[in-house]
Amino acid sequence: MIVWWIVLAVIALGVIALVVRSRRQRRLSHVVLEPERAPMPEVLVTQIAPRPEIDDSPGLDRRLASSRSIFERVRSISVHGALAPEQLDVVEEVLLRSDVGVATTTALLEELRANGAPDGVAAAIRAALMSSFSADRSVRTSADEGRVPVWLFVGVNGVGKTTTIGKLAWHETQAGKSVVLAAGDTFRAAASDQLQLWADRTGADIVRATEGADPGSVVHDALGRAQAHHADLVLADTAGRRVNNANLLDELAKIRRVADREPGQVVETFLVLDATTGQNALSQAQEFLAAAEVTGIVLTKLDGTARGGIVVAIERELGIPVKFVGVGERAKDLLAFEPAAFVDSLLSA
Amino acid sequence: MFDSLSGRLERLGTSLRSRARLTDADLEEALAEVRGALLEADVELSVVRAFLDAVRERVRGENVAQSLTPGQHVIKAVHDQLIEVLGGTTLKVTYASKPPTVVLLAGLQGAGKTTTAAKLASWFKQQGRQPYLVGTDLQRPAAVEQLRVLGSQIGVEVYSESTDPVSVARAGVAEALRLGRDVVIIDTAGRLAIDEALMAEVREISAATTPHYTFLVIDAVTGQDAVHTARAFHDSLELSGIIVTKLDYDARGGAVLSARGVVGRPVVFASTGEKLADFDLFHPDRMASRILGMGDILSLIEQAERTMDPEVMADSAQRMMSGAFTLDDFMAQLNQIRKMGSLGGLMRLMPGMTKDMRKAAENVDDGELNKIEAIIHSMTRRERREPQIIDGSRRSRIAKGSGSSVAAVNQLLKQFELMKKTMKQMSGGGMPQLPGGMGKMAQMASRAAAQRGDALPPGFEAMASGMRGAAPTVTPSTGGKGKKKKGGRVTPPKNR
Ligand SMILES: Nc1nc2c(ncn2[C@@H]2O[C@H](COP(=O)(O)OP(=O)(O)OP(=O)(O)O)[C@@H](O)[C@H]2O)c(=O)[nH]1
Ligand SMILES: [Mg+2]
Repeated sequence: MIVWWIVLAVIALGVIALVVRSRRQRRLSHVVLEPERAPMPEVLVTQIAPRPEIDDSPGLDRRLASSRSIFERVRSISVHGALAPEQLDVVEEVLLRSDVGVATTTALLEELRANGAPDGVAAAIRAALMSSFSADRSVRTSADEGRVPVWLFVGVNGVGKTTTIGKLAWHETQAGKSVVLAAGDTFRAAASDQLQLWADRTGADIVRATEGADPGSVVHDALGRAQAHHADLVLADTAGRRVNNANLLDELAKIRRVADREPGQVVETFLVLDATTGQNALSQAQEFLAAAEVTGIVLTKLDGTARGGIVVAIERELGIPVKFVGVGERAKDLLAFEPAAFVDSLLSA
Repeated sequence: MFDSLSGRLERLGTSLRSRARLTDADLEEALAEVRGALLEADVELSVVRAFLDAVRERVRGENVAQSLTPGQHVIKAVHDQLIEVLGGTTLKVTYASKPPTVVLLAGLQGAGKTTTAAKLASWFKQQGRQPYLVGTDLQRPAAVEQLRVLGSQIGVEVYSESTDPVSVARAGVAEALRLGRDVVIIDTAGRLAIDEALMAEVREISAATTPHYTFLVIDAVTGQDAVHTARAFHDSLELSGIIVTKLDYDARGGAVLSARGVVGRPVVFASTGEKLADFDLFHPDRMASRILGMGDILSLIEQAERTMDPEVMADSAQRMMSGAFTLDDFMAQLNQIRKMGSLGGLMRLMPGMTKDMRKAAENVDDGELNKIEAIIHSMTRRERREPQIIDGSRRSRIAKGSGSSVAAVNQLLKQFELMKKTMKQMSGGGMPQLPGGMGKMAQMASRAAAQRGDALPPGFEAMASGMRGAAPTVTPSTGGKGKKKKGGRVTPPKNR
């Protein structure tokens, strides 16, 4: 009953229009008196709040009084068996600061409390985190006989979808495969040009259309091209979209259906997540999983200071495996996800 | 963050309301709740700690007003502190006495700088300025191209060349001066705060152009890292403020609190959607109202003032109340709404919306507007003026002509009739009194108008209270608590 929203908006804006008109009429009556523009003051910033003193990591520093990494501190807590509350506090702080999230952190602490730490706290928390990463993270590269394998890339705006495609295209062409890129982002300005440059860099083929064209038909054309040229793989870009809009997700589901129809077959649907994202990444994963049957995550921008701990929650709760990580803007800056290395970097935050 | 925080505060309120005095244990319990809510909303841990300390001090230090229960006292302290951290008042953007005013945008990769540059240019244009865009992102493929496309959409020239970012910035400002432009917006490549070389480069850009404003562009869904990033950029560039983007992703945006908390400079602009119109000055006080779930009627009025033609809208609103409302009027109104930005964005600002209603509003797509317009377009002039003559055969003709179904035409006509009836009832004084928070809209709007010393136009109150009539018919479709008849039909507004 979406029409009612429109009706509601019409009524509400009708009200507002009356207010606006009355204000405008009032203003018109003094408009002659007012100077067109106030004289420009020299001072530009009119409001500067005092910069609050915020300790970098007050609790930790106070408790641990050391510049060593937290992981080492955690490692050095070598109590066996029962855990003291302060130790759990340290672990909690490390996890929260890595964006693991309140619920998952609480759950991990529960596990720790229940199982104790026979080999020390560091080993225990490491084991608990490692057990979160139990999904199969192999990457499917081949489709059924006679069909073209498609990797579809989805995600919110600016997370690194197009760049990841560029990196993977480089990786695959280096390995001697022939790759077709489908410029399925027909929404954002110059999105196809961006992908085109990656095609030029990597020697991949590309199918693109004008801005505003139907992304489904771009994907469809790319499949046709891939089939005609016996290409090994199609990498399909999509426009960034927020997940609290059902229509945008419907559109994505439609693109996926096109890509999965003969001659194509979607063998991987990658959700690209930005490591700087906090708890919202969990709802992103939920919604994209429902709309596009996500089979793996690419966690980008791990070269920064963000830890990307939210993927712990995502793997635990939704079982979507992280398959690649992005560590920079160059073609080579893409790695296969290694749980052990990731967990170590989380704990050394 | 703000939905869940207000939810928690409400719950907090009810559990504490009954107690007469607030014990220390009560306070700590309440603060633990607040801590959880802030962390879930991605507010950074040390900012959370500082926040809780401040609230604790407020609660202990303040004389408890007689009228407040202990629970309300905590809620008030949290709210006041929230406003303080967000920054009490809006930053006034002023202009350099010797133009051009130079604005530098910096931030991480993917934060939304390029789109923001264009939105900002469009905002300055609305302020009667002549902005000029300079694209120095030579790093990301096609970033300058993106800026050029956006620039041509808003009618603002873009300067760039393929030399190096510092030269482009310097030459861009010189070019703006030559052309007599009074505001220059410099878009820069995204960079990590720990990338020494790139941070040095942006400092050089800054030194070469001596910007009057340096804004950090930060994504509203950033996690704990917001603090690192904000502090590092502030240390490097001496920020004048923050622009928060993608606030439409979820209303939480704890990164706003984190960044603001650590930098101590105001959040100046907020971007709430992909359309160029979904961008405005950030209003901390209004954000605080949003936190309390009161909507943001002031932003709505301002957005309307900027973009829509109030004559068209007000005329048809008045015709609506007199019962002479036609489908042509309806169509004119839809056009005005479209000018104001996305429907979902508008509904988000409406006060008195429940969480469910807001969620449903998110899913309202502007494509629906197109469908409705197509249906009305397929009608003859007479049909639009007298919809009652539309019989079965006309309906199927209209459905065919607009590429929709007879059911859709039926639905539109039925709801148009219902809308007309509701409006007539309102103007006749027979106020449909029904549940739903939309009634608050009326109060908020009249209060807002009163604050500004505006006389309310005749019929305003009646119309505004009518919002209450419209609300329950919406609620059932949104999974709310409204009554649903068998077959999922919507309960029409009732008379008292
Ligand atoms: N530091 C770093 N930057 C990255 C990484 N991956 C992508 N980026 C940068 O992030 C920015 C956004 O990347 P895009 O590939 O355009 O992101 P997108 O998801 O395609 O964006 P939209 O299509 O606009 O939604 C660019 O500046 C990229 O260079 C990474 O792993 N590390
Ligand atoms: Mg892209």
